[in-house]
Amino acid sequence: MADGYARVSGRPGVCIATSGPGATNLVTGIATAYMDSSPLIAITGQVAKAAIGKDAFQEADIIGITTSITKYNFQPRTCSEIPNVVKMAFQIATSGRFGPVLIDLPRDVQTEVNEIIFSDNIIFSRLKYNMIPHPLQVEKAVNLLLNAERPFILAGGGVIASNASQQLLALAELIMAPVATTLMGKGCFPENHPLSLGVVGMHGSYEANKLILEADVLLAVGCRFSDRTTCNVSEFCPDAKIIHVDLDASEIGKNRKVDVPIVGDAGETLSKIYDGVVKRLCRKEESVWLNRIEEIKRESENIYSSIQENNLTPIKILKELREILPNDTIVTTEVGQNQMWASLYFKALKPRTFITSGGLGTMGFGFPASLGAKVAKPDTPVLDIAGDGSFMMTSNMLVTSVNENIPVMVVILNNSMLGMVAQWQRLFYNRRYSAVKLVNPDFIKISEACGAIGIRVGSLEELRSAIGQALKNEVTTVIDIPISPEEDVFPMVPPGKGLKEMIYNALKTSSILAKKSERLKEMID
Amino acid sequence: MSNSVNNKEDNYIVSILVENKPGVLYRISNLFRRRNFNIESISVGPTEKKEFSRMTITLNGDDATVEQLVKQLAKIIDVVKISLLNPRNTILRELALIKLYAKDSRARSDILNYAQIFKGKIVDTTEDAMTIEVVGTPEKINAFIKIASSFGIKEMVRTGLTALERGG
Repeated sequence: MADGYARVSGRPGVCIATSGPGATNLVTGIATAYMDSSPLIAITGQVAKAAIGKDAFQEADIIGITTSITKYNFQPRTCSEIPNVVKMAFQIATSGRFGPVLIDLPRDVQTEVNEIIFSDNIIFSRLKYNMIPHPLQVEKAVNLLLNAERPFILAGGGVIASNASQQLLALAELIMAPVATTLMGKGCFPENHPLSLGVVGMHGSYEANKLILEADVLLAVGCRFSDRTTCNVSEFCPDAKIIHVDLDASEIGKNRKVDVPIVGDAGETLSKIYDGVVKRLCRKEESVWLNRIEEIKRESENIYSSIQENNLTPIKILKELREILPNDTIVTTEVGQNQMWASLYFKALKPRTFITSGGLGTMGFGFPASLGAKVAKPDTPVLDIAGDGSFMMTSNMLVTSVNENIPVMVVILNNSMLGMVAQWQRLFYNRRYSAVKLVNPDFIKISEACGAIGIRVGSLEELRSAIGQALKNEVTTVIDIPISPEEDVFPMVPPGKGLKEMIYNALKTSSILAKKSERLKEMID
Repeated sequence: MSNSVNNKEDNYIVSILVENKPGVLYRISNLFRRRNFNIESISVGPTEKKEFSRMTITLNGDDATVEQLVKQLAKIIDVVKISLLNPRNTILRELALIKLYAKDSRARSDILNYAQIFKGKIVDTTEDAMTIEVVGTPEKINAFIKIASSFGIKEMVRTGLTALERGG
């Protein structure tokens, strides 16, 4: 919840838990924030100082446990340290590349009585980051982009963290480069813009995955070339010149060797590159590259308009949702098929309106995050796009949402499956399903038992009226939509393969599988 | 570009100035574990300022690995300064204590001779063993251990490398 608040507001979210099991319950949430560079302050209780190390009741070594999933953690030994520690914690969480910080407070430190000085001028001098990019590196980037025939921008979560969407839009329109985002970057570039290609990666859009491989210069901003974005990294844009902008120097060269490394803030760097390009640009009217983009986009439309026969497919549901919901609606997602469908087919138009657990892939993230989002923006509609499996992870938050009067909407794409795992078992393990079939409770009754509203929907018309009602409801509304358990997410790049081996649709997959089983048969015969 | 990168594994010496407070060694060693780097040796001790300690870590890896390690270490809040030392411009020292079997007077006098050649000191002796202290570069210590092993090494300990850059 605190993480959802932080991602929507850009300000650190704070969460508090008691010692031992309370503290360890925060671990998944902290790791989620760490992977997605979200500013979070976690405060945990601890047993009294004298009992630490004695395996006391409800003692957990939360400092040791969270060292590798926080930017830093503190355990003040006297109450007089607390003001400094809290200020430093906030500074660390919100400087440079954001991230979580944990403060562990022993019981006797919490109850200690003493005179404390609260100084306003605590500046933690160690926290210096190169926000301003090196001019020589910017110059190199400008030269590459000016000479590029097929420039391409890949924008990540760093663009959102740095509030650099304006600068990104300006540069993209100046050099007429198509923009794809990573999952974490979704929303930093309006997805209804003609230059937008959607998300790139394992479940990236057809056009993004195709065109990124054709680029001759790739400007990657605020992203970390994660395995879900690049797929097989050795086959990721092998011939393109790559410019990599990141605030965290350790990200540069970590996963992918680059030609022009730039350490700096995304917004600062994009506007410096813009300034460099604008001085020397001579505009080309007719561009082969832009025509190619159009061509690929048309191809994509043809592929995906031909394979929608059922009424309630996830694609139709998500496109319908985009039509009904206001543009500023904040969408959170769970993890799995629901998340990838949302990433592919729900266009995010503004930064900080698409909140998802990208790095850690934490099922159960979306619903509490939606409550945090609603707290950050009480007047904006908030929708959690959920799967039945993920929703079961944190559906107890229904009680919080009702008790604390935080009304959100939840749409459950209910296939009674751990759908993404089932998809892998279907495509790559010959339909040998294991541990994926779910027997769920009745989501309507659960919602009602918690004081929320539950609606089951069987058609797009019913969905439309249910959303209309939910937007007006003063309590959380859960909309349960049964969908086919056999539905796959496409496009998909099979694990371990390069982007160019993307599978576009079920027809192609089934033909591959048919060939495979024919070959198997031959071998057996 | 990628052709010019050195992929050969080499020995590197990383010198890290850190805050002198509890838990720092854990943060550093935890990073090595977490990011899959392997420490060959590590030595930690106080510096001229009591609020700082210096860690000297030697490791084996290629250029890219070591560069990544240095960047990751630099992110740890308790790290004040980090430098990759060039062995040609650095004073390198290690200390070893080696307990050798020395049963007869012939062995004893040989050990004494070798210790002298390596500027080692006899720091303890019993009826059947002698303990020698040798200080120097790792190569020198390796050479002494090689020659001393002919007597039979009963027990041995090395401090790991410590290093300081030459010049002001």
